[in-house]
Amino acid sequence: MSLKGGKRWLLLGFLLAVFLSWVSGFLNPYDRGVWIDCGINVILAVSLNLILGYTGQFSLGHAGFMSVGGYTAAKLTLVTVALIPASFHPLAFVIACLLGGLAAAVAGLIVGIPSLRLRGDYLAIVTLGAGEIIRVIWQNTEAVGGASGLSGIPKSTTLGWTFAFAVLTIYVVLCLVNSTYGRGFIAVADDELAADAMGINPVRYKVTAFVVGAFFAGIAGALYAHHKQTIVPTGFDWLKSVDIVVMVILGGMGRTPGVIVAAILLTWLPEQLRVIADYRMIVYALLIILLMILRPQGLFTFKTRKGASVS
Amino acid sequence: MNSSDPLLRLRSVSIRFGGLTAVSGVDFEIASREMVGLIGPNGAGKTTVFNLITGVYQPTEGEIEFYAQSLIGLKPNALTRLGIARTFQNIRLFPSLSVFDNVRVAMQVRNPHGMLSALWRGKSFCAGEKVVEKSVMELLSIFHLEGMRSDAATSLPYGAQRRLEIVRALATAPRLLLLDEPAAGMNPAEKEELKELIRFIHEKFEIGILLVEHDMDVVMGVCERIVVLEYGKMIAAGSPEEIRDHRAVIEAYLGNKVEDDWNEEVADA
Repeated sequence: MSLKGGKRWLLLGFLLAVFLSWVSGFLNPYDRGVWIDCGINVILAVSLNLILGYTGQFSLGHAGFMSVGGYTAAKLTLVTVALIPASFHPLAFVIACLLGGLAAAVAGLIVGIPSLRLRGDYLAIVTLGAGEIIRVIWQNTEAVGGASGLSGIPKSTTLGWTFAFAVLTIYVVLCLVNSTYGRGFIAVADDELAADAMGINPVRYKVTAFVVGAFFAGIAGALYAHHKQTIVPTGFDWLKSVDIVVMVILGGMGRTPGVIVAAILLTWLPEQLRVIADYRMIVYALLIILLMILRPQGLFTFKTRKGASVS
Repeated sequence: MNSSDPLLRLRSVSIRFGGLTAVSGVDFEIASREMVGLIGPNGAGKTTVFNLITGVYQPTEGEIEFYAQSLIGLKPNALTRLGIARTFQNIRLFPSLSVFDNVRVAMQVRNPHGMLSALWRGKSFCAGEKVVEKSVMELLSIFHLEGMRSDAATSLPYGAQRRLEIVRALATAPRLLLLDEPAAGMNPAEKEELKELIRFIHEKFEIGILLVEHDMDVVMGVCERIVVLEYGKMIAAGSPEEIRDHRAVIEAYLGNKVEDDWNEEVADA
């Protein structure tokens, strides 16, 4: 991505989103649903890639942040939908998405500041625990439906909006990393001690990655809630986090294009395997094992990162 | 900041690990643009002193000052911002970054463009990135690394990796450069090159250098002043000539009977 071209790509992406929202009228509801799932998973995987791929922090709490966004946004639209006229509902939905993202970012900050002193496996365990705590909180909060969750959420998520938010996520992550400032994320992942000695504050970079990643996970959660129309706490357990981690590792840690393709592939594949019914998850798992054996560096990693990306 | 203040001053610095006093009462100064060597036999506490200056350890007692400003309690990245840069004994480049990016990342400390500016990508950001690219390339070409800008940093030959690590430290625009055993693992020809390189940096960048080194030849060859440690205490300080003939230093290195060996070793230097 070129320097000035960044904003042009963003604009192009948004125009494409408008076009897609027109196209989506011709799709059957099932296909449309699968593509929206793909978009949501792209947002999740690309945002986790900032934390796990670029900054090297093994987080298993992404589903937790997703649920914060989902619950916040769903509750907001459920409350406002009766109060405002129908023509304002799309606007309320987008604002709810952004607020859901903000709530998740705050959760990311609260979890991140104490736990990012830890590294590697220890961080994975702490974030796993944090994600489970968030889930258990939802399970025991009657205001958001407790164990049976929230239902009757308006179906506001469209293909166009999902695509637009996915474009925004990709833009933000790529712009952050492809700058002199952003090379610090990779430096922290490579060697924290050396990065510290070069004047990079590792804690600040790690918390930034965590908060930005959580923000987009929250948006993905909001889109998910308004797509499925029902959310339950068990839908955001740690297995969901593992799904997202698999997308990042399969696509290639710190390789955004690969992660995007992996996210789409891993959403689309289980749907295509529905014909073999009960065996589909076995085949799916076998495919993942096979891919990891054949391409351990990630699906779409072809060369080392070049330094010449300034101009 | 007063110009008469020394660049770095250690005042009776001690550190204890449990019952063990690793460094006790170390006192020395580095004037701006001075090249000082810190030597001592194995286990004398050289690396501990180095880690105290770079903020990896905090002293139990005493004071460390940079232009009369206390460094106690500051993290390594804060020290770099003040103008103290370092290299590592075992080279620590960023393996997944290119040669160019290894240097570029160190420029961040003097780069005003942060996260929001990177997201907005306005005119000043683009201009800023151009300036960074230009200064990185200037630095790389001074050290004959410009042809390798896109190579992975860790694919370089050993000598070039050492050079790149020094370039990366210089990219933070330091006023004091700390080199931790740069001659470790080098053959005599590479050591000659290293001596040239250190002298060149000292003249070209007009900065103070503290060289922690095992290799007598390198230290005697480039330093204006040498501080000698033994068992965590300073036993001598002075010009290379003074150190060469210093009784306590000879004994520390060789025991008190084999002066001939010592004379042989310093004769090489």
